[in-house]
Amino acid sequence: MSLSPFEVSSAALAPEEGQSAEALDAAGSIEGRSPLRLALARLRSDRMAWVAAGMILLMVALALIAPLLSSITGHSPYNPDLVNGTDTFGQPYGPGQAGFLLGTDNVGRDILVRIAYGARISLLVGILSTLLATVGGTALGLISGYYGGWIDALLARLMDAVLSFPYVLAAIVLAAVFGGSLPLTIGVIAFFSWAAIGRIVRGQTLSQKEKEYVEAARSIGAGSFRIMFVDILPNLIAPVIVLGTLLVPVAIVFEATLDYLGVGVGPPTPTWGNMLADDQGSAGFGAWWFWVFPSIALLITTLGFNLLGDSVRDALDPRTERLFAMRRKKAAAARLDASSGAGAEPLGGGMEAP
Amino acid sequence: MADTTAPVSPAGDEPPLTAAPVEDRPLLQVENVVKHFPIKRGIFFKRQIGSVQAVEGVSLEVCRGETLGLVGETGCGKSTLARCITRLHPLTSGRVIFDGVDISRLSARQLRTHRRRMQMIFQDPFGSLNPRRRVGSIIGDPLAIHGVADGGERKRQVQELMEVVGLNPEHYNRFPSEFSGGQRQRIGVARALALRPSLIVCDEPVSALDVSVQAQIINLLEDLQGEFNLTYVFIAHDLAVVEHVSDRVAVMYLGKIVEMGGTAELFGSPRHPYTAALLSASMVADPDKARSSHRVVLYGDVPSPINPPSGCRFHTRCPKAQPICSVEEPPLRVQAGDAAGHVTACHFPVVPGEQLVGTAPAISAAATAFAAASPEIGEEDRA
Repeated sequence: MSLSPFEVSSAALAPEEGQSAEALDAAGSIEGRSPLRLALARLRSDRMAWVAAGMILLMVALALIAPLLSSITGHSPYNPDLVNGTDTFGQPYGPGQAGFLLGTDNVGRDILVRIAYGARISLLVGILSTLLATVGGTALGLISGYYGGWIDALLARLMDAVLSFPYVLAAIVLAAVFGGSLPLTIGVIAFFSWAAIGRIVRGQTLSQKEKEYVEAARSIGAGSFRIMFVDILPNLIAPVIVLGTLLVPVAIVFEATLDYLGVGVGPPTPTWGNMLADDQGSAGFGAWWFWVFPSIALLITTLGFNLLGDSVRDALDPRTERLFAMRRKKAAAARLDASSGAGAEPLGGGMEAP
Repeated sequence: MADTTAPVSPAGDEPPLTAAPVEDRPLLQVENVVKHFPIKRGIFFKRQIGSVQAVEGVSLEVCRGETLGLVGETGCGKSTLARCITRLHPLTSGRVIFDGVDISRLSARQLRTHRRRMQMIFQDPFGSLNPRRRVGSIIGDPLAIHGVADGGERKRQVQELMEVVGLNPEHYNRFPSEFSGGQRQRIGVARALALRPSLIVCDEPVSALDVSVQAQIINLLEDLQGEFNLTYVFIAHDLAVVEHVSDRVAVMYLGKIVEMGGTAELFGSPRHPYTAALLSASMVADPDKARSSHRVVLYGDVPSPINPPSGCRFHTRCPKAQPICSVEEPPLRVQAGDAAGHVTACHFPVVPGEQLVGTAPAISAAATAFAAASPEIGEEDRA
């Protein structure tokens, strides 16, 4: 009894080992794969990454076809339509009623069309503000860590201050002063997100700048900016990408929060936060579809980005190589099984092609 | 080989090295260079509580086409001196004159033009190459920074360099992690060579490599010296390597040069007890010689460079130490019977043929003598 598992495992191992050696040969023949390309290859082998990408693509598709959706259904995302959008008693339609797939809101607007338009705002704000925060945070973190001294003291304290700020309050004040708008919302979110990236980049820069390759760069006459952005930056791109991916859902939720509080993008614009806020005034209708569908949209988007962020982190982390090696082995074994049944394996070569 | 300057080679099997200077002026003059690293304490207001005296008044000259070997124990300030020469560290005091120009006080911008002619090869072939950049761009960096070549021309020059140092030019787009230690050091050599410098400071270029690979890199460096008329400052702690590559050798101990002279002379008849001890400690490949040779064993550790010993810095470990050694610092001077270029900083230089008794009793006897003369030094010895 105690012997048989060994026998089974060794028997199962034999073909796998042959396969992995082949895979190794294939990898060796590809010259100079950059760490990022390796990570991308690992990301492609991650099933959860595909699920996450699917969720994000669903939302991107929804955002792209929003005008199409509006013109097909003939439902405007902005204008209240109490004639077509509500029943004879002035009550909103539920999901599936009168040609409204997800129902209408309290002034008769199509919730599906509004969610599609809301996806545009959410993705725009989420990605644009994260991009701004990432670029700004990376640049300031690099400068802070590389120069040190009073520049570092100043920037590091600034990051601490931003991170410890009650940002919702600050956003409310800013919106009250300048009036809520899309650029302001993006700016506010970017301003309160850059410090998280800046701090990580600063720490990484502090460790990287002591490496000998930085000294080598100085000895060939490279300037400070070249050292920072050409030599050090590629070495901390991995944490920046991971953190950036994980900042997108935070920014989207932040934007929805601001809209919900009425200090983000103004009410006529359909955003998920605005739609959730509408629900407050509609509690009497018992219209669950007011908040359920925008919430689901928000959930799918943030979950998608969070899952993608996790996968990206796994793909970029060299310590998870064993996990991926195991997966590759499994996949190779599965391919072997399939090919021994079919007699040929054209798939194996096709997968590795760049 | 494009060597036209010196038809005389110092040793038969070596490629011709330019023993005589092209011009009278040395390529590199180091005058009284001092480098102290401050030690700071405190959370808000950092105050200096002391300093590591890494290099303490070093002067030397390197002529065109020659190789100056720099040897000494770990922590004696060799690498710091190298970084002072290439101005990777600012100097505490002293001057570095490169080809007639004092570069020790130049700003970073002014320095850039001089960097073209003065390059460095680093010890660690892993740390000194950026892991995230392709070999082509690492070697091409100097060309890009100084605007020497762009685009296709840069690629062509880089591939030429790769060929010169014995790398496959087709590996242009690979990453450093895809190369072995020796190949990586070749990449470092190619990078240093890219701007066709006059001086290359080699900071222990082979100490991180396998012995068989060491020989390849040393031979490569010697070939390149003939081909590109290079001058080397060659730092190492492997005496056999230094003896092989150097025309002249300087021995450092605790931030100071204790002896300097022609390789054959210095290795043949060392005058400083420290040099003698170093030489006796190196391995001899010939077992008969090894058996007959007498080892001078030094006891104790190198004293702290934060608080170096008074007088001659070697007196705490010297088998020949006398009371005067702890009081008066001996200057570097030509000792009686030595050639003009052979200088030693010692009150009681080793007489050729003398057997140094570098044993514990000698040291403790000397220590007792010091203890009587100056109590604080005796204490340091015991500690």
